[in-house]
Amino acid sequence: MIAPPSSAHAALSIEHVSAHFGGLTAIADMTFTVDDGELVSLIGPNGAGKTTAFNVITGFLKPTQGEVRYRGISLSGLKSHEVANLGLVRTFQKTSVFGANTVFDNVLIGVHRHGTSSVWGTLLALPRVREEERRLREEAWEILDFVGLAKRAGELGGALPYGDQRLLEVAVALAARPTLLLLDEPVSGMNASETISFINLLGKIRQRGVTVLLVEHDMHLVMNVSDRVVVLNYGKIIAEGAPAEIQRNPEVVRAYLGQGVKRA
Amino acid sequence: MRRSLPFLWIAFLASVPLWLGDPYFLHVLITTGIFTIAAMSLNLLLGYTGQLSLGHVAFFGIGAYTSALTSLGFDVNIFGLRIVHEPWPVVIGFVMGIVVAGLCGYAIGKLSFKVRGAYFVIVTISFAEVTRLVALNWVELTQGPLALNNIPPFTVSFPGLGEHTLWGKVPNYYVMLVVAVLAYAVIARLVRSRIGRAMIALRENEPLATSVGIDVTRFLVLAAVVSAGIAGAAGGLYAHFVRIIDPDIFLFIYTVTMVIMVVTGGKGTLAGPIVGGLIFGILPVFLRAYASPVAQWIIYGVLMILIVFFLPRGIVPAVRAWWENRMGAAAVERTGAPIERAGADAHS
Ligand SMILES: Nc1ncnc2c1ncn2[C@@H]1O[C@H](COP(=O)(O)OP(=O)(O)OP(=O)(O)O)[C@@H](O)[C@H]1O
Ligand SMILES: [Mg+2]
Repeated sequence: MIAPPSSAHAALSIEHVSAHFGGLTAIADMTFTVDDGELVSLIGPNGAGKTTAFNVITGFLKPTQGEVRYRGISLSGLKSHEVANLGLVRTFQKTSVFGANTVFDNVLIGVHRHGTSSVWGTLLALPRVREEERRLREEAWEILDFVGLAKRAGELGGALPYGDQRLLEVAVALAARPTLLLLDEPVSGMNASETISFINLLGKIRQRGVTVLLVEHDMHLVMNVSDRVVVLNYGKIIAEGAPAEIQRNPEVVRAYLGQGVKRA
Repeated sequence: MRRSLPFLWIAFLASVPLWLGDPYFLHVLITTGIFTIAAMSLNLLLGYTGQLSLGHVAFFGIGAYTSALTSLGFDVNIFGLRIVHEPWPVVIGFVMGIVVAGLCGYAIGKLSFKVRGAYFVIVTISFAEVTRLVALNWVELTQGPLALNNIPPFTVSFPGLGEHTLWGKVPNYYVMLVVAVLAYAVIARLVRSRIGRAMIALRENEPLATSVGIDVTRFLVLAAVVSAGIAGAAGGLYAHFVRIIDPDIFLFIYTVTMVIMVVTGGKGTLAGPIVGGLIFGILPVFLRAYASPVAQWIIYGVLMILIVFFLPRGIVPAVRAWWENRMGAAAVERTGAPIERAGADAHS
């Protein structure tokens, strides 16, 4: 029996996780950790298994092997909403908003888990429930200010320009007040100036004490913002370390960076 | 203005029996109202959680039979065990109808735990068919095709005034109106709350909803229970107003009628089922004077196709969009305070 690799301080630990789709091995024996307050990037070529790793961590996919723990709690068998209620909130690689709802309502749905209103309380419109509703709305406005979407509050989520939709996704995730935020290619589809302001936003998110696990193909961004980088190739971790080390790692260069990939 | 609008509507509806001379038309209004309540309940599931219940009439029928049997009493043998139930007051029967229908909604909701979309449709259709067969074949309890006759009408008692039995149409109209207003209030409060937003989130984007911690199954079951309970209330009203029910109450065509009411009026809006309910409830009366039954059905079908074709989201959203176009888009108000404003309006 191998000793658990999780260090005592690790917030998130992925321990010997494998995931298969039929005969295809999407992730093979993946082990890494993310510490509280860290920003860790998960990179690798297309099909390396990054999104699959997100799906396993957040309860959207059952691993065929291994275990994920968050702050000591095993996530095995938890449903995705239960994982979210432990503070792990993810975004999706394919743009995913509540398209038919206003930007404000999108975020208002996001703050759901900070409410406790019961059915009876709601039906009777108890003062407690009204007070909670007021608080949730204030929180939603605060999030919109934070990401800079307050001006667009009344527009439909699906009608926003693409870059703003990506921002809205992050806003919805932030509304759920994560302690660990998992971002799957957040700047793909953003233009250069949007990407720069996103890097600013990422800094502000970290100032709030939110731990971040980032999947991104924009190497410039990754090398700039990450504390550590984990490199995945064909479902296996081939390197792990500080951005500077990763950029010099010959195997990483051969498998991924060397292709001159900016956005694969 | 916005706040007093519902009260103006209620006052108007309450005044109808005072100036409407035609008792036949009042009768039509009562049955229309009852079916509108059922359509409102269907809208909670179909319009807000996005799940199509094509067996919705089952809850209506269960409410009707439960309420009728509770107030009529029965005497049955189940596997050699004789169960005798003495007649109870109608009001208790009515509540029992809501409770039993709600419990069935819970069971269906739980059963549909993992089956969404097409499977949910199949589960609900099968459920309605099973309830119809039970009503048809458990003759000892339901009289089967012979129908349950002489169902007692509603009684009301006011302190100091004694008990009154509601024989006429006018009192029944008011009972219907009270239930309709209550059902509307329940649904409106739910859908404009955090709970309703969770249902809408399930409809719009289930993975995203779960990713922010919404237990979608819980809210789907909740919607099913409330929806079934309200449909059961409508069934109870029907049983004690018409005073005779048979297994045909479970026919698929009634579910279809409810779906048409919801879809043409505008699913996912509070006013939609009411508009659709009034149109498809009252229209047959006007048509009857001018058209043969066959022609009526054709007009019905053509009207529905026209509405769905030209106003795919239904009448209410189309009218609202037209109105907002004329008035300029409503700005979202910054104040957190009034719950009815801002985001809530998008769904109301
Ligand atoms: N639902 C699925 N069914 C079958 N195979 C899948 C499924 N999801 C992913 N895969 C396969 O698993 C492997 C890993 O896919 P994954 O989406 O995790 O890659 P990725 O690293 O996120 O790639 P990209 O950079 O393109 O987003 C790929 O070979 C992919 O085809
Ligand atoms: Mg991916």
